Amino acid sequence: MLRKSWVIARRELQSAFDSPVAYIVIVTFLLTAGSICFRVLFLTGRAEMRLFFEPMPTPLAVLLPPMLLTILAPAVTMRSFAEERRSGTLELMTTLPITDWHLVIGKFLGSFGIMVAALALTLAYPITISTLGALDWGPVIGGYLGLLLYAAALVAIGIMCSTFTNNQIVAFIMSFVLGVVLYTIGIAAVLLPAGLGSIVGYVSVTTHLENFARGLIDTRDVFYFLTITAFGLLLAERSLSRQHA
Amino acid sequence: MNSSSTGTVRDGATPLVEARGLIKDYGRTQAVRDVSFTVYRGEVVGFLGPNGAGKSTTMKMLTGYLRPTAGKALVAGINVAEDPIAAQRVLGYLPESAPMYLDMMVIDFLHFIADLRGVTSDVKRGRIRAACERCGLMDVLGKDIGQLSKGYRQRVGLAQALLHDPDLLILDEPTSGLDPNQIVEIRALIKDLGRDKTVILSTHILPEVQATCDRIIIINDGQVVADDTPDALTGEGAGAMIRVVMRTESFVDPATVRHVLGGLPGVLRVDVQNAGSNTQELILAVRASKNADPREAIFGAAVANHWVLLELHRDRVSLEDTFQRLTQREGDRHAA
Ligand SMILES: Nc1ncnc2c1ncn2[C@@H]1O[C@H](COP(=O)(O)OP(=O)(O)OP(=O)(O)O)[C@@H](O)[C@H]1O
Ligand SMILES: [Mg+2]
Repeated sequence: MLRKSWVIARRELQSAFDSPVAYIVIVTFLLTAGSICFRVLFLTGRAEMRLFFEPMPTPLAVLLPPMLLTILAPAVTMRSFAEERRSGTLELMTTLPITDWHLVIGKFLGSFGIMVAALALTLAYPITISTLGALDWGPVIGGYLGLLLYAAALVAIGIMCSTFTNNQIVAFIMSFVLGVVLYTIGIAAVLLPAGLGSIVGYVSVTTHLENFARGLIDTRDVFYFLTITAFGLLLAERSLSRQHA
Repeated sequence: MNSSSTGTVRDGATPLVEARGLIKDYGRTQAVRDVSFTVYRGEVVGFLGPNGAGKSTTMKMLTGYLRPTAGKALVAGINVAEDPIAAQRVLGYLPESAPMYLDMMVIDFLHFIADLRGVTSDVKRGRIRAACERCGLMDVLGKDIGQLSKGYRQRVGLAQALLHDPDLLILDEPTSGLDPNQIVEIRALIKDLGRDKTVILSTHILPEVQATCDRIIIINDGQVVADDTPDALTGEGAGAMIRVVMRTESFVDPATVRHVLGGLPGVLRVDVQNAGSNTQELILAVRASKNADPREAIFGAAVANHWVLLELHRDRVSLEDTFQRLTQREGDRHAA
């Protein structure tokens, strides 16, 4: 199962690194992350990364890594199936002796790989900071875990949207809108009565990301992101197999 | 349907592909309506039919890309819709217009497909090399597929279909968009492949099927309208075409001539071919029914009516004639 998915993922990665997509994602991430880290370092003089993982903007940093992921993930995933359908290669792929799951998992791993690469490169910042002061690694590890899980959920949503259309722009818009809704629904939660508010709050990405940013690794938060990921991939597979029904 | 006509019954031959009452609806349009045929091991079979006849749709059902609305497709005895993976292991497929990843190098693409096909690493290099040599790709291995000409891209599509050494090749218009030299080369390649593989190919080029195929299946409007050997579709078996030329005289009325000749035994239909252009001669095309030779009867009728025969000539029916007869609707024929 994984071997063939990995063959597909490898091709996805190669194709992304042959085009500007992967580099744009990585550079944007590095620049934003760097500017946040060093602003915190120089303005507050504290060796910490917390702001890097916070979902809600502050005066110190308006564009935050989780928000960046919300924009970049759809850009990475939009091509995955839409472009294969447009160019006809999907027909070639689905007539190879592989299942739709191989395809979906392969595409997922490929796009997720780019996000992981972008996140991994920003590790240069906590490493730098830790040489300047006593960095508490707990919240950093929690924060990275949160971002990774969030990225996985976004990539799964993006892959799913890409199976719905043969137009990558449409795929981008669909998955971006879904991402933004999941992100901003937390703001609505504050305005709602307590009972309803907590339900909506649970659905919101920000509630869970905040826990990770504080260094709290709660299985419920992990479960939340894994559920979205699994759901997105499941729907992607369903949508694919329906198309050649 | 005449799928059980001559030439398709083989003693001891095993069927490799069976289409049984295949139907495919796209929303409200029915692209394939009841297609049945059998392809035996070792055959090279040509799918022929006008645009939109349902050739590609039928192939997509054989390869497991589309699930039939009704009926079933069997490949090596496996129901494709029930176990697509097992069926897909047996076949190599070149989809129409050879879609491929244009940003990949030829060699990388072939490795990619071989890996997905589960070709083991001990034979992979050898298989890729053999496929490239067979398809004439050795000079372009390091090029991006997007930079290749249409003909070379088509060859990559063929090579890709050979990597797992399949028993069955399904090729959707393997020579479309190629120049005449490339067509000859690809045709030779298909003939070569046909020596150890079963091949189903579709095309619009009639001489192509005659040159490469053991059997022709003509599809029109989603249905099989002929399923026979090239000889049976073009030779005596298809009924001869007789050209009759007579001198135009005042008492020769074309309508009467048509009527008289049309009533002769062994005559299927009579067409006046020079509607008013040549006033000296009346040219008629007489279509004989299967295995009939009405030349003598035509001569006799001419003598009896005092018509002066200038020519009486029997032609073999070309595949074009058969194709047109089977795939044109009445309205089209008169308009043409
Ligand atoms: N995806 C689709 N959605 C709706 N209709 C389709 C689709 N694909 C094909 N059709 C219709 O089904 C019919 C058969 O198409 P098909 O592609 O099988 O024909 P074909 O014989 O391969 O034609 P050609 O010689 O032009 O390749 C056509 O009327 C076509 O318009
Ligand atoms: Mg076609």
